[in-house]
Amino acid sequence: MNLALRDVRHNLGRFLLTCLGLSLLLGVVLSMIGIYRGLVDEALTLVRAPGADLWIVESGTRGPFAEASRIPGDTRDAVARLAGVAAAGSLTFQSVETAHRGRTLRLYVVGYEQGRPGEPKRLAAGRPITRSHYEMLAERRAGLEIGERVRLGRDFYEVVGLTEGIVASGGDPVVHLTLKDSQRLQFELDPPAARRELARGASPAGLDTVNAVVARMLPGVPAAGVAAEAARWKHLGALTQEDQEGLLLKSVVEKARRQIGLFTGILLAVSAVVIALILYTLTMDKVKAIATLKLIGAPDRTIVALIVQQALAMGSIGWGTGTLLILLAKDHFPRRLLLLPEDALMLGAAVLVLCVAASGLGVRLALKVDPATALGG
Amino acid sequence: MAAPLVELRGIAKTYGRGEAAVHALTDTDLQVYPGQVVGLLGPSGSGKTTLLNLIGCIVEPTRGRLDLDGETVYDGRWLRSDLRRLRLEKIGFIFQFHNLLPFLTAEENVAVALDLAGVPGAEARRRARALLDYLEVGHRSATLPSRLSGGEAQRVAIARALANRPRIILADEPTAALDSGRAAMVMDLLRRLAIEQQAAILVVTHDETIFGRFDGTVTLRDGRVVPNG
Repeated sequence: MNLALRDVRHNLGRFLLTCLGLSLLLGVVLSMIGIYRGLVDEALTLVRAPGADLWIVESGTRGPFAEASRIPGDTRDAVARLAGVAAAGSLTFQSVETAHRGRTLRLYVVGYEQGRPGEPKRLAAGRPITRSHYEMLAERRAGLEIGERVRLGRDFYEVVGLTEGIVASGGDPVVHLTLKDSQRLQFELDPPAARRELARGASPAGLDTVNAVVARMLPGVPAAGVAAEAARWKHLGALTQEDQEGLLLKSVVEKARRQIGLFTGILLAVSAVVIALILYTLTMDKVKAIATLKLIGAPDRTIVALIVQQALAMGSIGWGTGTLLILLAKDHFPRRLLLLPEDALMLGAAVLVLCVAASGLGVRLALKVDPATALGG
Repeated sequence: MAAPLVELRGIAKTYGRGEAAVHALTDTDLQVYPGQVVGLLGPSGSGKTTLLNLIGCIVEPTRGRLDLDGETVYDGRWLRSDLRRLRLEKIGFIFQFHNLLPFLTAEENVAVALDLAGVPGAEARRRARALLDYLEVGHRSATLPSRLSGGEAQRVAIARALANRPRIILADEPTAALDSGRAAMVMDLLRRLAIEQQAAILVVTHDETIFGRFDGTVTLRDGRVVPNG
């Protein structure tokens, strides 16, 4: 006879309410893990989008995602001529904020050369950029529609195509412009500022600057060898794709990872304390019943099973409901929530271990109950 | 005459040591025979519950000898390692406030005792139903204790005490929570069980209305048996 099941049935409302509370707590834990996974995934999306093997950046910098990197625009020609390089393309990266349809729109602008590495590979809708100026591709999450015109800097750009799943590490949707447009947006001074520069005798600022050059290797050519070759130019630095991803994760995601990891740990600890207190209270409520069971000959394992099975049921239901809630709510989070089955299973296993550990307090109390308590009213 | 089912020889229980020692029971001798219903009387603190706990193997005596159903279970030390099993097989307990498990139905409350003794589920339920029918509460078998009347709950508790056909039944104030009519009914039931199952029944009580229903009484005062009469 399963006593735990019958006790749950008897106090079903209270048990389900407890499970619901626990499921919300575990849902938050799971969403924190999902936010971290989403953060990493989104951060890597932008780095992986060009499909590059090699990143040429400003000497002494760690690339455009970690810090400012500026190199001459003709670097691409030099890189393309290196032995082993199949193709190279210049890229710019810049965060912009603009007012659109009465709201503030934060975008991450990537400038690329048409037909070269860095061009979006796949469009979700619309067409690629075909004109040299004033056209843009926007990520769906920007909320822009094809044909819409958006002001960036001093010019308006028409959305001609939509991309999907390309966002910056900060979660801002990416828009793609031609390299020329993006260079103007990033480096061209406002007319009053340009006039002032000219008036003080400075030479007009050149626009042919890029943030990085990406290159694809010929089949079988290791990127590390070409990177070493490129790094011999004193004004340039070279990173392989692995280096770039590693740097990005370290510089951009590391603190968030630690923060989320710590928060997740705290939430798990809180869950353990909550489960322990709930089980302790439930056991306290059953002291008389436990004493009676002991008196009529129930072995300790029956008493322990009564508490541990309830703990496991609570943990399992809490975990299952929490996972379901997050699966249903994940698309409503402002940033991407990436739920991996292995994370959910790991959390499930951790919750079961926590439940068994947390039930220790209740079990200890139950085992200390004197059967004589049942006698004498 | 048959051998006693409960036999105490020089049983004593002292709590604490030295000056703080409390002699809850002193050199107590007692025999209860099959078919007998014996009343255990005395004021509060006289040692009745201690005596019940000793016979129920819940508390270890300080000295003396205790025989249950012909087996010496204590003689200066416990001679049985598994006292839980001993209670399960030989002793049935009836409590003042029935102590039914609140999350089990009447039938399940009886079946749980059988389940603990290893009786398979279906058989345990069948026997539980039969016992409830015997005690005339079969129609309440699917009811939770909170919805049983005091008399019904006490009869379910008696059914649970009888489930494993124990030879010894220890009842602690079984009529305290009942009106006089139901108290008389419970006592009649215990008497019937003692005769039909040849069980020894020991009843702790303060209820003077049932004093006349015992085969014999033992009165305790300050941890000592007071001679009757």
